[in-house]
Amino acid sequence: MTATRPDTTGHFQSHYIPNTTDEQAEMLAALGIVSIDQLFIDIPDEYRNPTLELPAPLSELEIQRELGGMAAKNRPLGSGPSFLGAGSYDHFIPSIIKPLITRGEFITAYTPYQAEASQGTLQVIYEFQTLICNLYGMEVANAGMYDGATSLAEAVLMACRVAKREKVALVDTVSPAYSAVIHTYCQSQDIAVETVSPSNVVLDDETACLVLQYPNYFGNIEDMQNLIDVAHAQGALAVVSTDPTAMGMFQTPGHYGADIVTGDGQPLGIPSSFGGPFVGLFATKQEYIRQMPSRLSGRTVDKNGKTGYVLTLQTREQHIRRERATSNICTNEALYALASTIYLAAMGKQGLRQVAELCYHKAHYAAAKIGELPGYSLPIDGPFFQEFVVQCPSAPADINKKLMEQNILGGLDVSERVPNGMLLCVTEMSSRDDINALVAALSEFK
Amino acid sequence: MRQGGNRQTEKLLLERSVPGRVGTVLPDLDVPAQPLPNRALLRDDLPLPEVSEPEVVQYFTGLSQLNFSIDTHFYPLGSCTMKYNPKINDEIAFLPGFAGIHPMQPSEQSQGALELLYKLQGFLGEITGLPEVGLSTLAGAHGELGGMLMIRAHHLANDDKDRTTVAIPDSAHGTNPASAAMAGFNVVELASDKDGNVDLEALREVAGPNLAGVMITLPSTLGLFDTNIVEVCRIVHEAGGLVYGDGANMNALLGRVKLGDLGFDVIHLNLHKTFSTPHGGGGPGAGPVCTTNQLAPYLAAPVITETGGGYQLSTPEKSIGKLSGFHGNFGVLVRAYTYIRTLGDAGILSISGNAVLNANYMMKALRGIYHLPYDRTCMHEAVFSADLQKERGSSGLEIAKRLLDYGFHAPTMYFPLIVHEALMIEPTESETKETIDLFIQALIDIDREVTENSELVNNAPHTTPVARLDEARAARQPDLRWQPEAAD
Repeated sequence: MTATRPDTTGHFQSHYIPNTTDEQAEMLAALGIVSIDQLFIDIPDEYRNPTLELPAPLSELEIQRELGGMAAKNRPLGSGPSFLGAGSYDHFIPSIIKPLITRGEFITAYTPYQAEASQGTLQVIYEFQTLICNLYGMEVANAGMYDGATSLAEAVLMACRVAKREKVALVDTVSPAYSAVIHTYCQSQDIAVETVSPSNVVLDDETACLVLQYPNYFGNIEDMQNLIDVAHAQGALAVVSTDPTAMGMFQTPGHYGADIVTGDGQPLGIPSSFGGPFVGLFATKQEYIRQMPSRLSGRTVDKNGKTGYVLTLQTREQHIRRERATSNICTNEALYALASTIYLAAMGKQGLRQVAELCYHKAHYAAAKIGELPGYSLPIDGPFFQEFVVQCPSAPADINKKLMEQNILGGLDVSERVPNGMLLCVTEMSSRDDINALVAALSEFK
Repeated sequence: MRQGGNRQTEKLLLERSVPGRVGTVLPDLDVPAQPLPNRALLRDDLPLPEVSEPEVVQYFTGLSQLNFSIDTHFYPLGSCTMKYNPKINDEIAFLPGFAGIHPMQPSEQSQGALELLYKLQGFLGEITGLPEVGLSTLAGAHGELGGMLMIRAHHLANDDKDRTTVAIPDSAHGTNPASAAMAGFNVVELASDKDGNVDLEALREVAGPNLAGVMITLPSTLGLFDTNIVEVCRIVHEAGGLVYGDGANMNALLGRVKLGDLGFDVIHLNLHKTFSTPHGGGGPGAGPVCTTNQLAPYLAAPVITETGGGYQLSTPEKSIGKLSGFHGNFGVLVRAYTYIRTLGDAGILSISGNAVLNANYMMKALRGIYHLPYDRTCMHEAVFSADLQKERGSSGLEIAKRLLDYGFHAPTMYFPLIVHEALMIEPTESETKETIDLFIQALIDIDREVTENSELVNNAPHTTPVARLDEARAARQPDLRWQPEAAD
C-alpha cells in the first residue's frame, strides 16, 4: 500500500504520470517559480485547494480485486438461459472484434478532423456508411449517433425541418423508452407529439412525420407498406426505427419508401453492457442530406490524385454553424461504429442471414411451445421476428422471480400494456435445451 | 511501412468480396424449422461482403495503421485532453459481470453495476462541488442539452416564461450555442475582454429579465482561468439567471477548485477527456451532469439512489425526462470509476498539477517564437497565434500539417475563433518531459523552415498515407458510400 501513497513531501508518483520531483523542479525553475501551486494563483484564494474527500489511490492489483468483486455481484447474460430483449439484444459476437477495436491506433485516436493522420478511422466510417445503406436499403447513412433512442429523436427533429411542419405522429407500438426520449427532445422545440394506433392512423397536412418501429416494440412486423403510404399521402415523412438483425431476412424499410431509417447498432457485435455504449444508426434519402445530423466521411483524392477520405458537408455541424447547426452532436460512438462494421464484414452476406433465421425459427419454436401450455396464450396475431408477447396465467413479475430461482432470466413485464403480458426474446444464443428449460419452468404456473 | 498483397488497404470490403467466402461459422438450427412468413415480407438480396476471417483481421489491422493515436504519437490537441488511456480500464469494462449484463434485468441481478454508478455519482459530486449527479447523458454535448433543459424547466416552474436568452462567450466551443438552441433558447454572444476573461460590461448589458443563463467554459478555451468568474456568477444570479458550466477543460482544475463553490449551478463533465476514457476515433464518450440540490429534481432519468435494501434506478421528481435509451454509457462510466479509484485523492491533484506545469513549460519555451495573444499563466493548454509565421508565408494550418511529418499530431487549429491563426496546444500530464522538449524543438525547427523553405511547410504533410486532400471536391460531389457502378 505504501507505494501508492504520497511521500513525505506530498509528492505522489502515479504510474500514469511520468514527471518526477526532480523533473518538476527543473520545469518550475525554467518558469522562475518554486511550486506548482503558484501556477494556480488566478483561482481566488478562498476557493483554491478545497478539501477533497476521495478514497486513497489503489494499485492495479487492488483495482482488479475490488472491481472484480463488484462485477461478480451482477448476473451476466451468458451465465444461464436469458430471454430478455426490448431494445438490447444478446447476439453472438465474433472473437475478432475485441482485439481489433482495442488496438491503440483505433481506440486512442481522436475524431478524424486531421484527415491525413486519420485515414484508418475515415475509411472505416465510409465502410460503415456503405454497409448501413445496404442493410436498410437507403441512399445515405451518417457516421453514427449516440444510440437507437436518440437517433430516432434526431430523425423526428430532422423530419420537422424537412417538412417545415411541427406535429409528429408516434405509433403506440414504438418502444416506451424511445418514445420518452422523443418527448424530451421535442419539449423545447414547440413540436406536438401525438400517439396513434397503427390500426387507425389518421394524419392531416400539418403532420411532419409518422414514426414507426420495425419490428415493433412487441416484436411484430407492422403493415409497413400501408403505413408508409398513409404518411406520404399527407405529405408527411415516414421515420422507421429498424432492428438491424431483422434485415438479415426481412424486406428493407427503404423498399417500402421510408424517408429516414434509424436503429441501434448494438445487435451488430456490441455487448449489452448495462445499456451502453451502443451506436445509433441513421440513414436517409440523398435529397435530405443537408438536413442530416452528425458526421459524414466522403471519398475524394489528395493533391497527387490518390484516393483518400475526409469529413465532409461539415457546414451542417455545430463547430461551423453553431446555433444554426442541424444538431449539437459532436463526440458520438465511433468505436462502436467500427465494431459494427467489423461484425457486418465477419458475418457477411451468409452469416447475417443465418443469424436472422436462427432467431426467427427459435423464437417461433418457443412461441409455439409456450402457446400450447395451459393458461398461456399469444395475444397478438401477425408475423414477428425474434420477440413476442405471451399472456401468462399470473403476474409476470412473480413468474420472473420464480424463473430466476432456476437461473433463467425471463422476459420483460409488459402487463401495463397487455394484461399479464411478458415480452420474450429468443436469439441464436438460446439452445434448444435453454428454450425447453424455459417452457418447462413456465408450465409450473397455471 | 508498406503492406503488400491482400494486406493493402486500398480495396474496400465489397470490392474484396469473393462469392462463397464466409467470415464466421454459426451453429446449425437445433429446433424444427418453423413456417416462414409471407414471401413478400422477405428480402431477396443482402449486399454484404463475402470475406474470410483472416482477410477481415488483416484489413482492419492495416486500416488502424493509417491512424495517429495516443499510443503511437504525441497528440497535443487543445481542448481534447488526449491523455494516456489506461489499459486496466478497458479490461475492467470488458469483465462479463459488466459488459454482459442487460440494462433491463432486475435490479437484484445488477447490484454491483448500480453500486459502481452510485459511487461514481458521489465522486463526481465531490470533485465538482455540485453534489447531485446524473450519468445518463452520452457525450459532452448531450450533457449540455440535459443541463440547458434543466435550466429551462427551472424557469418554467417559476413561471418565468420570458427567460429565453442564453449568453455564451465568443470563445466557446460550437456545441454550446448548438445545445442552447436545441433546448429552445435564443443565443447571444458575449465578448471577451483584453485579458481573455468574460467582458463584465457586455455581461451586464444582457443580464436582465430575459436572461435564462450563461454557458461558461472554465478554464476558457483560451486556456485561461477567468479571474472574474465569481463576479460573473454573481451578476447572472442577481439578474435571476443560472450559470451553466462546460467541463471540457476540467483537467486543469481537478482538486484545485470546485465549480460549485464558485457559483456554477449545473455543469457537465467529459469523461473521455478528464477521466481518461478512450476517445475511440470519435466516441464513445460520456457527459455526466452535476448540479445543486436546488436543480436536482430536474435531472434526466434515471439517477441511482440507495435505500437500506440496495441500489436502484430512480426518476427525479420533476425530471426533464429521458435523454437516452437506457442508463448511460455504462462501459465508459466503469472506466472513469476505475480511473478515479486508481488515482485517488493524491493522484487527482497530480493530474491537474502536472497538466498545468507541462503546458506552462511548453508555453514559456515557445514564447517569442510564436505569438501569444494572451500572455498570462495558462492552465492545461496554451493558445498561440501563427501570425508571425503567416507574415513569412506559412499559415497555422500549414504549420500544423508540417508537425505530422515530425511524428506529432497537429494541435487544434483556428479555434477559438477569436484568435487569428490559432494553434491550441494541450500536452496533458501523461507525457514525458523528453517528448515535450522534442515537440518544442519541432515547432522551433518549423519556424526556421518557414523562413528558409516555406514551400516545404506549405506542401506538408509529406510522410502521411495521403497528402493534403481535396475537401472542396468532397463537398461538391459527395461520395458517401461505395456503389458497384461507381467502382471504376
